[in-house]
Amino acid sequence: MAKVQMTVNGKSVAGTVEDRTLLVDYLRDGRNLTGTHVGCDTSQCGACVVHVDGKAVKSCTMLAVQADGSDITTIEGLAAGGDLHPMQAAFRENHGLQCGFCTPGMIMSAVDMVNRLGGDLDEGTIRAELEGNICRCTGYHNIVKSIAAGASAMGAGSKQAAE
Amino acid sequence: MGIEGIGARVLRKEDKRFITGKGRYTDDHKIAGMHYAAFVRSPHAHAKVKGIDKSAAEGMPGVAAVLDGQQLTGDGIGNLICGWMVHSKDGSPMNMGAWSALATEYVRYVGDAVAVVIAETQAQARSAAEAVAVDYQVLDAVVSGADAIKPGAPQLHPEAKNNIIYDWEIGEADATDAALAGAARVVEMEITNNRLVPNPMEPRSALAEYDEAEEHFTLHTTSQNPHVARLVLSAFYQVAPENKLRVIAPDVGGGFGSKIFIYPEEVVCLWASKRAGVPAVKWTADRTEAFLTDAHGRDHTTTAKMGFDANNKIVGFKIDTIANLGAYMSLFSSSVPTYLYATLLSGQYNIANIHCNVRSVYSNTAPVDAYRGAGRPEASYVVERMMETAARELGVSPAELRRTNFITEFPHQTPVIMAYDAGDFNASLDAAMKAADWDGFAKRKAASEKNGMLRGIGMSCYIEACGIAPSAAVGSLGAGVGLWESAEVRVNPVGTVEVLTGSHSHGQGHETTFAQLVSDRFGVPAESVQIVHGDTDKVQFGMGTYGSRSGAVGMSAIEKALDKVEAKAKKIAAHQLEAAEGDIEIKDGEVLVKGTDKKLGWHEVCLGAYTGHNLPEGMEPGLKEGAFYDPTNFTFPAGCYVCEVEVDPQTGVVDIQQFVAADDFGKIINPMIVEGQVHGGLAQGIGQAMLENAVYGDDGQLLSASYMDYCMPRADDLPNFDVSTTETLCPGNPLGIKGCGEAGAIGSPPAVINAVTDAINNNNLTMPASPANVWNAINLADAAE
Amino acid sequence: MYETTYHRASSADDAVSRASSAGDGKFLSGGMTLLPTMKQRLAAPSDLIDVTHIADMKGVSVSGSTVTIGAATTHAEVANDAGLKKACSSLANLASHIGDPAVRNRGTIGGSIANNDPAADYPAAMLALGATIHTTKREVSADEFFTGMFETALADDELITAVSFDAPSKGAYAKFPNPASRYAMAGVYVAQSGGDVRVAVTGASSDGVYRAADMESALAGSFNEGAIDGCSVDEGNMLSDIHGSAAYRANLVKVMAKRAVAAAG
Repeated sequence: MAKVQMTVNGKSVAGTVEDRTLLVDYLRDGRNLTGTHVGCDTSQCGACVVHVDGKAVKSCTMLAVQADGSDITTIEGLAAGGDLHPMQAAFRENHGLQCGFCTPGMIMSAVDMVNRLGGDLDEGTIRAELEGNICRCTGYHNIVKSIAAGASAMGAGSKQAAE
Repeated sequence: MGIEGIGARVLRKEDKRFITGKGRYTDDHKIAGMHYAAFVRSPHAHAKVKGIDKSAAEGMPGVAAVLDGQQLTGDGIGNLICGWMVHSKDGSPMNMGAWSALATEYVRYVGDAVAVVIAETQAQARSAAEAVAVDYQVLDAVVSGADAIKPGAPQLHPEAKNNIIYDWEIGEADATDAALAGAARVVEMEITNNRLVPNPMEPRSALAEYDEAEEHFTLHTTSQNPHVARLVLSAFYQVAPENKLRVIAPDVGGGFGSKIFIYPEEVVCLWASKRAGVPAVKWTADRTEAFLTDAHGRDHTTTAKMGFDANNKIVGFKIDTIANLGAYMSLFSSSVPTYLYATLLSGQYNIANIHCNVRSVYSNTAPVDAYRGAGRPEASYVVERMMETAARELGVSPAELRRTNFITEFPHQTPVIMAYDAGDFNASLDAAMKAADWDGFAKRKAASEKNGMLRGIGMSCYIEACGIAPSAAVGSLGAGVGLWESAEVRVNPVGTVEVLTGSHSHGQGHETTFAQLVSDRFGVPAESVQIVHGDTDKVQFGMGTYGSRSGAVGMSAIEKALDKVEAKAKKIAAHQLEAAEGDIEIKDGEVLVKGTDKKLGWHEVCLGAYTGHNLPEGMEPGLKEGAFYDPTNFTFPAGCYVCEVEVDPQTGVVDIQQFVAADDFGKIINPMIVEGQVHGGLAQGIGQAMLENAVYGDDGQLLSASYMDYCMPRADDLPNFDVSTTETLCPGNPLGIKGCGEAGAIGSPPAVINAVTDAINNNNLTMPASPANVWNAINLADAAE
Repeated sequence: MYETTYHRASSADDAVSRASSAGDGKFLSGGMTLLPTMKQRLAAPSDLIDVTHIADMKGVSVSGSTVTIGAATTHAEVANDAGLKKACSSLANLASHIGDPAVRNRGTIGGSIANNDPAADYPAAMLALGATIHTTKREVSADEFFTGMFETALADDELITAVSFDAPSKGAYAKFPNPASRYAMAGVYVAQSGGDVRVAVTGASSDGVYRAADMESALAGSFNEGAIDGCSVDEGNMLSDIHGSAAYRANLVKVMAKRAVAAAG
């Protein structure tokens, strides 16, 4: 067993986990944050994507102890107060989700994409950057649209904040 | 219609919980004291189980019980069944082999469960499952349908001689043979429809809870039809009487058919929750288990002959299909390659003579059942590959051959049961060709050639049957259940509305579209309408969601219930406003007397219904009505798809340059959601055509058992889709709806393959058009020249 | 996953000493292969020694034409390193196409090389660049390091600390990804330094990563796509599976080699 301490969605948390506990299981079972999902065993589907120290990570392929001392953001921590994050809003406005199971990972990957590449994303870039996120419902058409819109909104937001 | 009524692009009510991580799927549920199940699964495709030694596992930490098939059957748990009886052409009933939820004597596919461990943690359960020692005597296996019926093939079930489940036919054999004999030209093809794994992103999961004091079970499960699950678990598997079993399908992460069926794991978790004496048992598949044990789709091998007269009119169509149903007959498996397949073999065409023979067979592979489209993709693939091939052989354009043979008058009775009620096939063909700039293709092809690339274009004019289905009709064809739907509309005293429906949403957006019906009818905002589904304790009964039926059947039931509510509300208003019932109108949240300024608020009428202070003589208080809707016919969505591809001859890589879909779905309630359904269907159809393939080795090992080897469509595999609709209303239901959930998956595979074979100038290409398969086809074509 | 004990190493020496005292210890870097293997219960190390917090095993440095990359540097860091993009853009480009963005944030160059997956990209780069693999025990050339599919010259208690190489004058990597896994079905790295050309092939061979000697000599004679035409790829050494035959992979090796040459310019 190992003691872990981390910041999850802005709150400092501490607990004891088995060394073999995956970060996703710690979040889902230990912290009751069930918005992060598990859709495969081979690190490919991306339903489990969270941000660790600001970077998108597949939480099914990281031990909770590896995240000791880290700052974690999950889908539950994305919205500021009652307001949806622009990327969340864009998924709703563009019908970028159907069953919702891949959606948290999609949104976390999309936010990471904008953090890395900026708010002006073309279709080809978005599709290529989604290699690690599988959706079975939407055919990606509206996900791509959502991310382009969300990226643009995030870009506008960050410009405003900077001004 | 109002801004949230029929036809409006209303944003989805359910989205907020999904985009904030607050969706509640089965695996998200926890119960104090909950234990975990891990299954001991056969590593062999075919073996005799000589013994199971559980002793080591039983002593391991956290283990509450290790249970096997003898104990299961000893407790009276019944075998899994197929609920649709199909008779062979000699009149004999289908040959269904026994399927115990935990195998007792034989295992018949890799992943077949032989025992289950119930332990405090998932890791403990898995470790103990590894410690269960099963003594197998390995037997020869057979994996393909064609091999399974060969003399000397390994035999799976004593009930099914030569592994044949049934040898079934539809249509007139003699007349079709005669028509082909007299044809000016006969085109022949061999067609394989590749096996697929449905792969909803949420793996299957079951959480079974037993209340010892009440002798009552509760099952949270990933189901598209919780009421059918309860019925089957109760009536056939003898888990518990229906009144002692509550089935809840909470948020469900996609289904595509694979969550219709009742699987061994749900049965075992329910039984084990009582037998092991633990508060609850949870099992959630990992992706490998999903690949091994979810019901697969398709897997047909077919030969087909189509005869034409001198004017290129079709005179006869003869089809012989072997359908591989895997190791056991899943819940609706028998109906898929028969009544859901062969009845659509007339396509959009006027064909006087059709005969189809289907042999469904056992093999040492995962069970095969309905997967998005279920039989209709297989039919449209046969018909539309044949039409394309015939056009090439007859030397006419693909569009002209289709137009020459289109059905143009409705209703139209085909020789294979279906009576098409409405459609305009030329309209969708025109729309698709225009959107695709078909006429500009030659120029684009020349440009590709300059760059060393091959370019091709292909079309597919599909028709399918949805809205399954008139209960008496399917009953006469062998269905074990009726296929109506139910609804209940509860208007609250303040005018808000709850709609209880037997349909189940697992991505389709029912919470929004169903609310639009209410909004349209009474002018209440969609946010004042709550859709309740997926819980047998809340909704009295329902048949669930599959076969694109929730619009045509589920919403029709809601419409019927709304009619009753509206009638009663009008009676109350007429009484209170001292007007004639016929003069009352409900509009924008008000109840008016036409042509006067007399009116009541909708909420006032609702409150009046519940106070009962001033109701018409003899009227019961309250405002709540239910309805059962039994459709009068199937509905027939149809359309035309055009696919244009560029192929890299050096690598065989196919790049979709454009994909156009022109569909006729009848009345559309929410275009945004309908477009989303088409996009998703197209992705799965294109996935089948280009990427996906479930492959078993000769020894019965599944070689494509993870995303490392089973190619799921990703964002960069697909283009943006050009989606549009034409409209002919379905005359068979009150809203004129046809259904849109499966069309994309049904119509797209032949369009893709027609385009790729056009590009590479070789018609001999088997799905999927993977780079390797396409490269082989190019090089074999070159070698032949 | 079986039980295991996690250690966070503070230095390479600390990592080695923890590994030596463990029953069956394994170094854990990004974990992109090791953790999935453990989840499938196909590996059961008693101890995991995390090397990603060792400061001097991280980062890219370019000094003149010599490039040194710490073993615990992630694919994303390699892909985005400004100095490397200038000195050897082909390697940065290769790193930018390993796995997906989330995998690139965790996976490391040292982990990839130590695993020597026959479909991994970095081993081809190391061979083609004539890289030196620095370990806690020695320095070893890439030619001697990769000894076969999933096999390397590493001892159990030996940890890769860095790789270094002289940037080539020209170089490019062309990958044909497996449609499902997106690992290389054929990946060819071509590097030219002066008159010397090295060509390394990953993904295709049943022996793992290898150098294509005839392509090297053909390209040394004339560095253009046409030079590849006369080379042959032995189908007998190619993998054959549900994704493609040996003949198809042999074809891909030639096509990717040409595309790499074209990209190298």
